[in-house]
Amino acid sequence: MTKWGRDIYDNAVEFLRTFGAFQLFFLRLVRHSPRMLVRRPGLVIKQVYNTGALSLVIIMVCGFFVGGVLGLQGYSNLARFNAEDSVGTVVAMALIKELGPVITALLFAGRAGTALSSEIGLMKATDQLSAMEMMAVNPVRRVLVPRFLGGVIAMPLLVAIFTCIGLFGANVVTVDMLNVDVGAFWQQMQATVDPDDIREGIFKSIVFGIVASLLAVWEGYNAIPTAEGVGRATTRTVVITAIAVLILDFMITAVML
Amino acid sequence: MYSRGPRVIFKDLNLTIKRGEVTALMGPSGTGKTTLLRLITRQLIPQHGAIFVDGVDIASLNQSDLYKLRQRFGMLFQNGALLTDLNVFENVAFPLREHTSLTNRLIRHVVLTKLHAVGLRGAADMMPAELSGGMARRVALARAMVMDPEILIYDEPFVGLDPISMGVIVRLVRRMNDALGITSIVVSHDVAEVSTVADRSYLISDGKVAASGSPDELHAANSELVRQFMHGMADGPVAFHFDAPNYAEQLLGRDSE
Repeated sequence: MTKWGRDIYDNAVEFLRTFGAFQLFFLRLVRHSPRMLVRRPGLVIKQVYNTGALSLVIIMVCGFFVGGVLGLQGYSNLARFNAEDSVGTVVAMALIKELGPVITALLFAGRAGTALSSEIGLMKATDQLSAMEMMAVNPVRRVLVPRFLGGVIAMPLLVAIFTCIGLFGANVVTVDMLNVDVGAFWQQMQATVDPDDIREGIFKSIVFGIVASLLAVWEGYNAIPTAEGVGRATTRTVVITAIAVLILDFMITAVML
Repeated sequence: MYSRGPRVIFKDLNLTIKRGEVTALMGPSGTGKTTLLRLITRQLIPQHGAIFVDGVDIASLNQSDLYKLRQRFGMLFQNGALLTDLNVFENVAFPLREHTSLTNRLIRHVVLTKLHAVGLRGAADMMPAELSGGMARRVALARAMVMDPEILIYDEPFVGLDPISMGVIVRLVRRMNDALGITSIVVSHDVAEVSTVADRSYLISDGKVAASGSPDELHAANSELVRQFMHGMADGPVAFHFDAPNYAEQLLGRDSE
């Protein structure tokens, strides 16, 4: 086999090994999750606060301006066809089905995902996880599972808040500033948005919550225990989560259309 | 045998740690003393050979049995390894909260007793980031003792302690051993302090036991290596310098131009 062929073979084997380990890691988290929710809800709630409540400011500010810009763009394009009353529908569809889940997941990766990765990586680098092992406490159960669950629970809530604030932002821009009729704005939205659209948004937010939290704890737990290693893991969390979320978004949309 | 990559750390290493004694593991830097502790506690597994604790081959234990065994251990890490999101009190209380159903009142009593023993009862509300290195190690010692373990393992317990704390900790190690019948394993470079506390010492060099015996026997030994280490001499079989090319050639060679 040529050197080229050997490199490709080695990389393929390494990829499969990592992917297999990643799946086993996910199963370990899932296996410990019900017990953690029932027996140590306090630990999970603390992580919902850390990943969810502490991300509220960035989510709300971004939600407002994303809704606002959707309102502006929608209005300027629809006005050409005298259809500016439909701007509420356009904004709602875009936010509920696509932008709400996707942008929230990307912001979550940047704010909470990096915090999770670096915290877990630093715990590893400073022997805190080894110390837990030595105290007969499983660090996967005690440290990783509550953080994973915290992210999974927080994400749909953040998506809901992002979407609502986005709709409010669009209302401010189009109704209050561009004089679109308030009744038309909300009535058209109500008439057009289907429960299936909302279900699609909720489904995406749950999937993105699982993926973003899983990647964050995985990268932190497998970080090389040095300052540089933790830094790289943190960067990888954002990059891989962004790619995974966008690919999954396309796949889910294609299946649900 | 245990090797890391191509580098063999231990080969033909054979030592026995007797119940109820203070056993010191000494040796030059880089001989793998901390690695040996990690092998004894099965944080690492040797490629060949076996490690028996209380007659049980620890490599044969499943995770549940391993955790049961580890509840009989207490370990003081080199850097303390305190959990950075918990204060001093909660760090010491951590094993009690995880493994017992003691009331808060009783936990408070036990934790304050252990913190008093290491002189840090007054620091109970401080966070690990507010402690000096020596204080963090004393808190970690209190945490290692809190479950009243049968085997206490100390990784460099005397580093970073001021003379007063050092004296207290040395006496504490000895007193706990004598009063509670604990088996202690101390890894240290500090020949003087180890000599006052250890019943038996093993000097490890080149991946195996170079000498063993009571501190007095080691001090009186004829071996060049033992004398060099025990008396801190620069010349002897253990080179001060890590393997390197010729000094003059490296300084005056082509690379420096």
